[in-house]
Amino acid sequence: MKITPRKVLSYGFTYLCWIVVTIITILPVWWMFVVSARSRVELFDNPTLFIETFHTENYTEVLNDPTFREYMWNSIIISTSNALLVTVLALLATYALSRYKLVGSDNIFFTTLTQRMAPPAAFLLPLFLMFTQVFSFGEGRGRWDLYDTHIGLILLYCIFNLPFAIWLLKGMIDGIPPELDEAAYVDGATTFGVLWRIILPLAAPGLAVTLILSWVFAWNEYLLAATLTAFDARTITTGLAEFVTVTGTNWGEMAAVAMLTLIPSLIVVAFAQRYIVRGLTFGAVKD
Amino acid sequence: MRKARTGWLLLAPSLIILFLVGILPFIYVLYVGFFDWNLFSRDRGMTFTGINNYRTLVFDELFLNALGVTIAFTAVAVISQLIIGFLLAQLLLRDFPGKALFRTIHTIPLMIAPLAIGAIWRLLTIPGFGPVPFVLDNWFGFDYNIGTSATHAFVTIVLMDIWHWTPFVTLTMLAGLSSLPQEPREAALVDGANRWQIFRFITLPLMRPVVLTVLFIRIMDALRTVDEINMLTNGGGPGTATRTIGIHIFRVVFPQTDYGYGSAMSLLTLYFTIVACWLLFVSLTNVRRTAGS
Repeated sequence: MKITPRKVLSYGFTYLCWIVVTIITILPVWWMFVVSARSRVELFDNPTLFIETFHTENYTEVLNDPTFREYMWNSIIISTSNALLVTVLALLATYALSRYKLVGSDNIFFTTLTQRMAPPAAFLLPLFLMFTQVFSFGEGRGRWDLYDTHIGLILLYCIFNLPFAIWLLKGMIDGIPPELDEAAYVDGATTFGVLWRIILPLAAPGLAVTLILSWVFAWNEYLLAATLTAFDARTITTGLAEFVTVTGTNWGEMAAVAMLTLIPSLIVVAFAQRYIVRGLTFGAVKD
Repeated sequence: MRKARTGWLLLAPSLIILFLVGILPFIYVLYVGFFDWNLFSRDRGMTFTGINNYRTLVFDELFLNALGVTIAFTAVAVISQLIIGFLLAQLLLRDFPGKALFRTIHTIPLMIAPLAIGAIWRLLTIPGFGPVPFVLDNWFGFDYNIGTSATHAFVTIVLMDIWHWTPFVTLTMLAGLSSLPQEPREAALVDGANRWQIFRFITLPLMRPVVLTVLFIRIMDALRTVDEINMLTNGGGPGTATRTIGIHIFRVVFPQTDYGYGSAMSLLTLYFTIVACWLLFVSLTNVRRTAGS
């Protein structure tokens, strides 16, 4: 390739644009990191981009707080259970949608999309009423309802994660040649045998991506967790929101909590970057 | 031969859960919406009021204001993202060293919890603390305060949404652009078309399905935005300047425990979204069909 001034100029322009975009993307997150590393004394110093000494006090303060540790633990339990549940159910559902001729299966497929697109705020009141009035058993002290339970949130997060997982997996299961499972059926395998021995190994990468992204979506969710829990099943995001209202001005600790909240996201971006867009467009655009 | 019954059996668990948490609540709320039911009122039971709740809703200024904020926010944010994202995608079309790294960093905002994004932007913009007011005041002498100025607050939530979602537009457009057929472009080049003509008469029409898909997904998502705005402006402040419909339900209607009225509002919100969704979807499938034939 010959290097012409024109080419240098156009590549230079591309680099310039992308460097600016990258700085704009990283700078806000970096500033939060700077705030999280400041001691209480320097907190209100003028904004800078440099950390002179890294003070761990905000992080240790937060991590030693039993309430916050419980929130974090709740988040881990809920996200992990939800991601596992969603992946297993979606595998069964997509296999059915992909291999069986079911009446109205296209409509089912589309309905799941509209569920994902529905505004969560519209769900708040209906779900609150369902959880406290409909799914409740017993009276007085023996009363049990779905409100403020892990199970409640694990089921709830299926509203957005299950349609997402079905859409993501559909393309991948469709890509596995049906002849493979036909051959296994001829050899006398059961449906679950086929799912276990043929579909599962072949769809493993897709299932892993589904699992990881569902986990992150559950981990990131705030609105439903904030309205449908009170004490026992609060998640890390509700903890982050509480910081603002309860301790008003302690921005250092809030920044530390927010940093802890977004660490899993950064790990996922590093590993599953290629699948994120396909997942977010429901496979409508192939990457 | 495999029977349809097995298929339904495999599908059943998913359908049951989606019905229980996704559809049943709305059937219930459709029923509650016709009642006057407030835990704080004198008689705590349910009184049938017909469509009274809906009648009040149409004249509820706070609700209409929230609806207006949501629509304005969605329109400005989505159009800006579409333009910026399309331009950035053009810049990623050819290969250059470091492209993968730029792309990966660009993806970061998509995966961050919306609430954490609100926190990040709050730290950036708190008056007397964040770097944005500091720089604007010291370098340009511009008094920026999202706590008091409705305009500043609105511009800030739009900028935050652009920061958050432009990567999605960029990467989807990039996927669309790189899978376009090359022949029409080459034929036009042979015929002596210039860059603008190629863009206007070849790239743009071919990209229409992708652009509409992105538009569809972005509008639906922007209409539901709650977490980050709620965090950034502390519940839609100053006043009601940034209070979207979601925040209104979450911060005002929900705590009032006015169940009948809240139900009616939830249902109407869902109805608006479904209508918007349906209109967009119909235009989308029409374009797909004409593009395919």
